[in-house]
Amino acid sequence: MDLSYSEKYRALQAELAAFLAEHGATSPRAGGVRRKPDARTLAWQRLLVERGYTARTVPTTYGGFGAEPDVMETAIIAETLSRAGVSPGIMSQGISMLVPTLLEVGTEAQRAQWIGPTIRGEVIWCQGYSEPGAGSDLANVQTKAVRDGDDFVVNGQKIWTSSAHYADWMFLLCRTEPDKPKHQGLSYLLLSMKTPGIEVRPLVTMTGKATFNEVFFTDVRVPADQIVMGRGDGWAVANITLKYERMMLGDANKFMSRVHRIARLMQSTQIDGVRLIDMPEYRDRLLKLQGEVMASKYHQLRLLTEQAKGIDSGIRRMVVKLYGTEMGYRLSSLAVDVYGAAGLAFDPHDDATGEEDDDATAWHTDHMYDLGLIIGGGSSQIQKNIISERGLGMPREPKAAAPANKG
Amino acid sequence: MDFALTEEQRLLDESLRGYLARELPLDRLKALAKAGTGVSQTHWRDLAELGVTGLLVPAEHGGAGLGVLDAAVAAEALGHAAAPVAFAGPAVMAPLAVVSMASASQQAEWLPKIAAGEMRIAVAFAGGTGQTGTATATLTGETLDGRIEGVMDAAGATHVLAIMPDGKAALVAAGEGGVGVAMRPTLDRTRPLADVTFAGARAQVLDASNDAVAAARRVRDAGRVMLAADTLGAAQAMLDKAVAYAGERVQFGRVIASFQAIKHMCADMATELEPCRAMVWFAAHAQDAIPEEAHIAACHTKAHLAEAGRFVQTKATEVHGGMGFTELMGLELWFKRISRDRHMLGGPERCRHEAAVAQGWITD
Repeated sequence: MDLSYSEKYRALQAELAAFLAEHGATSPRAGGVRRKPDARTLAWQRLLVERGYTARTVPTTYGGFGAEPDVMETAIIAETLSRAGVSPGIMSQGISMLVPTLLEVGTEAQRAQWIGPTIRGEVIWCQGYSEPGAGSDLANVQTKAVRDGDDFVVNGQKIWTSSAHYADWMFLLCRTEPDKPKHQGLSYLLLSMKTPGIEVRPLVTMTGKATFNEVFFTDVRVPADQIVMGRGDGWAVANITLKYERMMLGDANKFMSRVHRIARLMQSTQIDGVRLIDMPEYRDRLLKLQGEVMASKYHQLRLLTEQAKGIDSGIRRMVVKLYGTEMGYRLSSLAVDVYGAAGLAFDPHDDATGEEDDDATAWHTDHMYDLGLIIGGGSSQIQKNIISERGLGMPREPKAAAPANKG
Repeated sequence: MDFALTEEQRLLDESLRGYLARELPLDRLKALAKAGTGVSQTHWRDLAELGVTGLLVPAEHGGAGLGVLDAAVAAEALGHAAAPVAFAGPAVMAPLAVVSMASASQQAEWLPKIAAGEMRIAVAFAGGTGQTGTATATLTGETLDGRIEGVMDAAGATHVLAIMPDGKAALVAAGEGGVGVAMRPTLDRTRPLADVTFAGARAQVLDASNDAVAAARRVRDAGRVMLAADTLGAAQAMLDKAVAYAGERVQFGRVIASFQAIKHMCADMATELEPCRAMVWFAAHAQDAIPEEAHIAACHTKAHLAEAGRFVQTKATEVHGGMGFTELMGLELWFKRISRDRHMLGGPERCRHEAAVAQGWITD
């Protein structure tokens, strides 16, 4: 165990302090606004990439900073930016999921083409996974891609596609080998959202915002070299991507800053002249959650250490999504309870307009969105199957005998 | 930066677990629990030989000179085996207290004996732990009076170290006049508690610390981390046993491990428990290396492990069904161990209260 601040780390802290003093004021608002990045966000992102405060370990050949993985550096950067209240950079599916996937299994050409523009925020990706008939049973994907000359021709429908209404490109899981068993018949394609034949219909969620979409494909032509790995490898690639998604959803840094925001809220909110922080009923809920967040924070440091050493974390990685999303929901539940009746005025703005929500509306939106995170990305129940089967070695769910392709 | 155990710590864990597995098969453990008097003299000598009693004693006094994290690794292994062993007091809090509070000559006299297992010191706090029950003592010169209930590790102890609210400490010999150690029937029969009374007992006073209150707090925090680590080991054992049992028990023509209702309970336990290990490691490491975070980490870790332990002790017993409710499988030994750890040195509610005070969110 070595968490000491060597000279290298103190130098990084000093460097960050200087960076924040010089550029901190140009940061966009911290926190997840779900829209296409504006000029301010892009400029900030470019600065962070340049200094290695995001995409730090992405090789320089692909536009990254090329640093060796170092858990402490990652933690120092995340904590310093969070404490300063500046944006830690764009948190997108492209950066958190596609980039590590391409680094793991993409071709040289794919890495060279996509990683740089993606980490700079110039290309926004959406994830074409779920379908009306393929949710928890993701391998049941029916969207077809048929080889025709130098192209695949895609037909079908996706659903729950976050950010499809402003994304530039999509990573798509589709069925290219209809005669093979369901897990072996899938491929993973990259395609421009401007390709003719794509129709995006927004789905308004319970938050009042259209953060999801349905995406329809009618004879959409995708050049055949825009496949990641080979035909029939789609399930393997999709699982690599999901591994990174689940790590992103369980990120403890976000939760620690929530604990401190709620503590401040409890200090400034009163009932009949008594601060909520002085009421044990409220305070103990916060303290309990702080304990959980601390556990997840140190767990994350352990996972990062293992990742840097190339150790397979096994069950320790599998629990992250379940633990993080359930805890996140309890945190936002506490926040809306602290607002109480006074926080029930709900006035959400369309993210596309750039207008910002008031704090209570933002917490209520998060509260509902957090429930969506429990359901999405492999629901809590699916996570429990994964943890018990792959992590604890308990028997697998019986597989249906019927073939995946129903014509 | 390296958030991991060292090779030496892994070896310590391995050798201790190997010893405990050999020495404490279930029937032996059950027999020791039935007697209800705690560890045998033989086991205590073995642990001293393994170096467990001297982990925290500085090398110049005959110990291993290791840190609180090393001790936490040992505590987790002991918890996993439900070992009927006094550890948090005589092997952790006592040497830490002597090192930080005792004079040089006292240290030179006591520390080698602590390392050798010859001095088994039960540590008793005269209040301030958050524990329920009477805990008051007064030290007048070298005379100690008072009564402290619910003292850990007093079975077989040679001495009791009473830590006063002002951080001064008084060491008395257990067999001496004016010192009464009454063992009581205890929920966790592998590690019974005692009520200790002092009536004009002659004490050796430890008052060499510059900041006695802080020193006493550090001793208590290290004790809390040990209890958290012990719970971690015990809860992990309960989860392991639940998964194994579910893989054998057949109902409706299937092993019950194939039912989602059972699988999801086990997944929930694993999800609660896995992050706990990193938390215990951090809290233990912080006691030696990150003083500004040590107290909050100890409070939170003690509280969080108590809650995670409660969850696992409940669900793991449920997975065992009726068998879990009987004493046939011995599962109750781990259940009771976790319950006992929860209430020693302050329950989770009290520990969280202290964490709130330490962060300046409220005044005490």
